[in-house]
Amino acid sequence: MGQKVQRVEDQRFLRGHGRYVDDVAVDAQTLHAAVLRSPHAHARIVDIDVSAVLDLEGVHAVWTYEDLAELSPPMAEPLPLLIPHPALTHGRTQYALAKDEVNYMGEAVAFVVAEDRYVAEDAVGLIRVEYAVLPPVVGIPAARAAERLVHDDVPANLGARLEQNVGDAPAAIASAPHRLALDLTVERSACMPMEGRGTVARWDPDLNRLQAWTSTQTSTGVRAALAVKMGLDLGQVDVITPDVGGGFGVKINHPWPEELLVPLAARVLGRTVKFTEDRREHFISTAHERGQEQHIEVGFDDDGRLLGLDVMLWHDHGAYTPYGLIVPIITSTQLLGPYKPQNYRVVFESLYTNTVMVTPYRGAGRPQACYAMERTMDAIASYLGKDRAEVRAANFIQPDEFPYDHGLIFQDGRELEYDSGDYPASLEKLKTLVGWDEFPAFQAEMAAQGRRVGIGLACYVEGTGVGPYEGAHVHIETSGKVKVATGLTTQGQGHATVFAQLVADELGVRFEDVEVVTGDTRRMPYAVGTFASRAAVMSGSAIHLAAKRAKEKVLKIAADALEVDEKDLQIVDGVVSVVGAPPDSVGASIDLGTVSVLSNPLRYAFDEASKRATQFQVGDPGKPPVPEDEEPGLEGKDFYSPERATFASGMHAVIVETDPETAEITILKYAVVHDCGNLINPMIVEGQIHGGVAQGVGGALYERMAYDESGQLLNASFMDFLMPYVTEVPDGIDIDHLETPSPLNPLGIKGAGEAGVIPSAAVFAAAIEDAERTASPGFAITAMPISPSELFALRRSKESS
Amino acid sequence: MSEERLDFVLTVNGTTHAVRLPPRRLLSDALRHDLGLTGTHVGCEHGVCGACTVLLDGRAVRSCLVFAVSTQDAEVTTVEGLTEPDGSLGPVQQAFLECHGLQCGFCTPGFLTTITAGLRDNPSPTHEEARDMIAGNLCRCTGYQNIVKAVERAAEIAHGFETVAGATSSATGAESGQLEYEDRDDDNASTGLGA
Repeated sequence: MGQKVQRVEDQRFLRGHGRYVDDVAVDAQTLHAAVLRSPHAHARIVDIDVSAVLDLEGVHAVWTYEDLAELSPPMAEPLPLLIPHPALTHGRTQYALAKDEVNYMGEAVAFVVAEDRYVAEDAVGLIRVEYAVLPPVVGIPAARAAERLVHDDVPANLGARLEQNVGDAPAAIASAPHRLALDLTVERSACMPMEGRGTVARWDPDLNRLQAWTSTQTSTGVRAALAVKMGLDLGQVDVITPDVGGGFGVKINHPWPEELLVPLAARVLGRTVKFTEDRREHFISTAHERGQEQHIEVGFDDDGRLLGLDVMLWHDHGAYTPYGLIVPIITSTQLLGPYKPQNYRVVFESLYTNTVMVTPYRGAGRPQACYAMERTMDAIASYLGKDRAEVRAANFIQPDEFPYDHGLIFQDGRELEYDSGDYPASLEKLKTLVGWDEFPAFQAEMAAQGRRVGIGLACYVEGTGVGPYEGAHVHIETSGKVKVATGLTTQGQGHATVFAQLVADELGVRFEDVEVVTGDTRRMPYAVGTFASRAAVMSGSAIHLAAKRAKEKVLKIAADALEVDEKDLQIVDGVVSVVGAPPDSVGASIDLGTVSVLSNPLRYAFDEASKRATQFQVGDPGKPPVPEDEEPGLEGKDFYSPERATFASGMHAVIVETDPETAEITILKYAVVHDCGNLINPMIVEGQIHGGVAQGVGGALYERMAYDESGQLLNASFMDFLMPYVTEVPDGIDIDHLETPSPLNPLGIKGAGEAGVIPSAAVFAAAIEDAERTASPGFAITAMPISPSELFALRRSKESS
Repeated sequence: MSEERLDFVLTVNGTTHAVRLPPRRLLSDALRHDLGLTGTHVGCEHGVCGACTVLLDGRAVRSCLVFAVSTQDAEVTTVEGLTEPDGSLGPVQQAFLECHGLQCGFCTPGFLTTITAGLRDNPSPTHEEARDMIAGNLCRCTGYQNIVKAVERAAEIAHGFETVAGATSSATGAESGQLEYEDRDDDNASTGLGA
């Protein structure tokens, strides 16, 4: 633990031997699916005519909603609302294929299975649908105005309203020495993994069971959904998540229509069926995130100390709510960051629009939260004429105040209680790393040359490693090799490496003898999934505990075989030996493979380890070969279920330059201080930060979903949606780590996956605002992302006003 | 009506394949679905992301923008063809391993082929040139930081320098900074393709 160990999975990936879902079942017998999607944002379906498809050679099936009930009655019901909440009074989910109406452009209407994808798409093009187009609701202002409704039975387009209070914020603000109000907006973006969604399924008539491969963040979730929707017993369904080409949140939502339709087709047609979405489908038929409007009122004292904070959020959740209220709940609770306002009220309204639905995207509501809080901190500092770092420091929860209970309920339904952290130390590290105190002189020097440079900083706290649990199974084979399984899935985080590090450390085996499998329900049927920066905390802890159990069994058997006390034994490089005994002394050591043989009193001998085992005698001749309360085999299995989330934290700073003429925005320096507790593999943590920062740059400066007033997504391609290339990201990211261990898990770790993206909108808004302040008149940045054109327009409007 | 098919030869990584395919078959699909060379990945199907980049007579091209039939007189090199004759990783692959230049690995084949061609044209890129070399490929995981390092490291390896970059290995054969390769395709429990 703590070593920059190279990744074992890279060998496969670098040789082109990765196995992503579209690489499974590559043969001429596999059938391919394509989906007809709604071209309208809001319409009633009058008629669907598939007759032209039936004549097309190579087509095996064409289904609309009308066909689903007959194929499997539960398939005709709406898709599950995965995370209900009492405040979600008007939750709605779509059907696997649209029934009577469509509510966003891209909603699945018909499903075709054909010899190959080319023919399947030909067939989709032959389906004729008559729509009665309805006026759509696009954007938060239209949703709030509610002149039109997305769903006829959802008044005011209001899916949910949730209020949380600590103290009396309005009264505290009213009596505060100083008051400010801010109105902020953040636009939509999306995860955009390089690999889109995909599902392959095969029905085995001999075993009467289904095998499905899917590019998901939760194999067990998909498995349960498939069993219900196909009317199968859970035990008849295996779900395997092979290599996944990025997730970032979008693949936690499940089941997608295609994730159900493909296995159904495999069963009905008796053939392997595959669906791999194209990039346009990913844009218009998966999920987006981030879109919010925020109104903030704050009262504070002369030092900038918060006395009351009153926040109203309007959250655009798109056409449906399968993932409940997770995103706005996180925004409303994580908004507090490292600070302790005395009084806090937060209300959110989660609103329907005729657009692609909103589910978590890396950060999951936190980037909006950080933006709201940090823009407020900057506004307070500006109002008081104080240093922005100083105002933040005045509000920090202090190191001796942990655990710190905010008095709110977090996304997991548990108290929002921070476990550990050291925010003043983080701030000092960040100031040093970015050169905060030296910056004003540099800024003045640049200003004298007519150049506009600015600096911004932003702080966040991130609840990571939320429950309920993960499990792990560790099996030591007679070869001495260790096979590890955990149920959550992997999308590039290097789990096969970091989890193997943990097992090697705990068990005393060679790192390269450990093989880790994730996301295979045959190997670990109890699991939750990969989201909320939880894999290292949850599965890492579970694996550590399972390895501990295996180790206990190893030592017990080895002590019996070597006729010594367990306490005198050590395990090094897969060999159990008596501490202090000479290396070659006879009867003083035993390898794990031999221990594995001894753990399983078989009648038959197969291998070298079996031969070696004959020199040892274990067990009590007076008892059964497998004593009561014991099991054969050298295995360890355990689960980790924490009381609550662990809270990682960090602070980012960026220095930007804005062009006085063109308003082009250039990043000069980007600095990160990051605290995710103890590090398992610093190389992998830094890689996660790099990726998060790049996604944050995209979200702050480039990426938005350009819907027009009719609900058409105008930029649904990589040509038009501006994802950062290397030319858009900082050339170098300065990273410093602080390690305040979590008391909640045996490894003292916290999650790291999402952190890099959280402060981006906040930190860029601050830096650009600071750069523009060097030229009069300065102005507040209140809408993100911001493009050069928008910055230019802001300058113009301020000059003319 | 049955779709017209053409007989032609695809030469990939030095092996010739006689194929019979519709004229509209993309090179990316032919490589993946007809030849089973799934190392080439398709990320956007409109030539923007670069994941599907292969070498056509040594030049980097987007295989999603090329009809398979149009390549019958050319030599195609895919990521599977970048390893050394003895099975060890090629310089660009080795550099990605050492520098943690990949996470999910989906875009990686396109970077490896692009950089292979790039270093052939410019074996000693400056830092700026290393960044330019990858400026047409999208990656959503790494933020490109370690990919740029990998370009620079690959140039060093190709020049025979053995200075070690970034990460170290905990493997027993760590003297070389290189993990022993074990191809787990045959017993790949995670994909369920073991049979």
